[in-house]
Amino acid sequence: MTDTPDSSRETTHTGASMSTSGLEDWFVREILPLEPALMQFLRRSLRNKDDADDVCQDVYALVCEAAQKNPPQPVKPFVFTVARNLLINRVRRDQIVSIEAVADLDALGIAVYEPGPDRSVMARQDLHRLQGALDRLPPRCREAVVYRKIEGLSYREIATRMGIGEDTVSEYLTRGMFVLADVLNADAPAQGNPA
Amino acid sequence: MSDMANASPERAKDIRAAAAAWLERRQRGHWNDADQAAFEAWLAASMHHSTAYWRVADAWNRADRLRVLGAPMRATAAPQRKATPWILRAVAAAVVVAVAGGAAYTTYFAAPAPKSYSTTVGGRETLAFADGSEIDLNTDTVVRTAVTREKRMVWLDRGEAYFRIKHDAAHPFVVIAGGHRVTDLGTQFIVRREEGRLEVSLVEGRAQVAAANGSLRPKTLKPGDVLVATANTMAVTKKAAETLTDKLGWRQGVIIFRHTTLADAAAEFNRYSSSHLAVEGDAVARLTVVGTFRANDMKSFVEVAQTIFGLKVEHRDNEIVLSR
Repeated sequence: MTDTPDSSRETTHTGASMSTSGLEDWFVREILPLEPALMQFLRRSLRNKDDADDVCQDVYALVCEAAQKNPPQPVKPFVFTVARNLLINRVRRDQIVSIEAVADLDALGIAVYEPGPDRSVMARQDLHRLQGALDRLPPRCREAVVYRKIEGLSYREIATRMGIGEDTVSEYLTRGMFVLADVLNADAPAQGNPA
Repeated sequence: MSDMANASPERAKDIRAAAAAWLERRQRGHWNDADQAAFEAWLAASMHHSTAYWRVADAWNRADRLRVLGAPMRATAAPQRKATPWILRAVAAAVVVAVAGGAAYTTYFAAPAPKSYSTTVGGRETLAFADGSEIDLNTDTVVRTAVTREKRMVWLDRGEAYFRIKHDAAHPFVVIAGGHRVTDLGTQFIVRREEGRLEVSLVEGRAQVAAANGSLRPKTLKPGDVLVATANTMAVTKKAAETLTDKLGWRQGVIIFRHTTLADAAAEFNRYSSSHLAVEGDAVARLTVVGTFRANDMKSFVEVAQTIFGLKVEHRDNEIVLSR
């Protein structure tokens, strides 16, 4: 799950269908970094975070299904077009917000033709974001994540230290993974700025 | 492409929770062929599942950066030398920690022929007693112990120690360090002595702290209490359990920082190393760090600070200087 060298980056854009692992690499490298901007865009029309998450997840599924056959190039405008179409459908269905709100990406200040954020830059920001992410975990959950991630303890060792069962350790870690995924893919600075 | 048939009937948060559960199960172990088959079936069931799983797995992998240096930091990995057990015959119940501030009080508490133990800079020792009491000595620490059938006394002349004392009301355990006296009525506590400052952290049980000359009203500590004493003052603050756990990181050979300023972090590393880490500039000194570091690996800490904050690193003689 590390950065893929540029040579393989080329192959993802040749139009050939991708293997599953190739698709995963492509998704992690090309699509996931867009999540902060994507969520920012979705949240303008969808106040409820769960609703925005739903559309975000739909975008991922659709984009990856499309990419299996033919990886889109450039990626970012494609992702945002999919997002806009899904949003319009949803708006029509739910009649929550006006169509105008989602009609024009440029008017919404999403610079879709700018390259996405660089993973190496993100990596440097990660440590700071991780600090914040840890602080947002419930205390016991955080404790379990720290033991696992920082100290590399086994489930049994964590259970002993915390005076809980291994099943509870599982629950804490699952919760920790869930929250970390949200926090690490949110609040990234300097993305989706006005063109 | 955008037809709603492609929208998932499941909510994203449920799919993502399921993805996290799969990831957790996979790394837990005891993973068999049936598990693998079930997992692959779940993944293949929809692109929603696959992407949710890739997303959470990516975040969890990125969280590896928390480990900063990649070195395993397990208790078992830390080298630990046991000091020669020192027979402790007294079967005491209460523990008295006394903190002497001035030289005058040191003589007041002086006991006949105490036995001396010390650790080097970066060193660590555990003193084990016959009654089951143990004292862990941190870096650059000197203690003297005088334990008889009648009384149990320890002088913390320098450094930091973690006391785990078997309770015996009839034979109090006394620790003396500086100008205050601390009477411990419980079992586990940390005493750290620095220039003009003493810190007592109560992990378990109860303790009473008093100035050795009786000038201050004694304070009773409960678990989680951290008392900071100077020559003329004593202040108690309540800390979260994890703060006390962090304070004991050295027993595993690590230093744990939580939003610790770079200046404080450097001072902490300096306790464990013969080379000196300096931080130049107020803005640099105020940067905060979070993470777990090996106490004896200043070099790696410097590398991390350099990379994360983009600092300059200069080596001068026995000093490493961090600056902008």
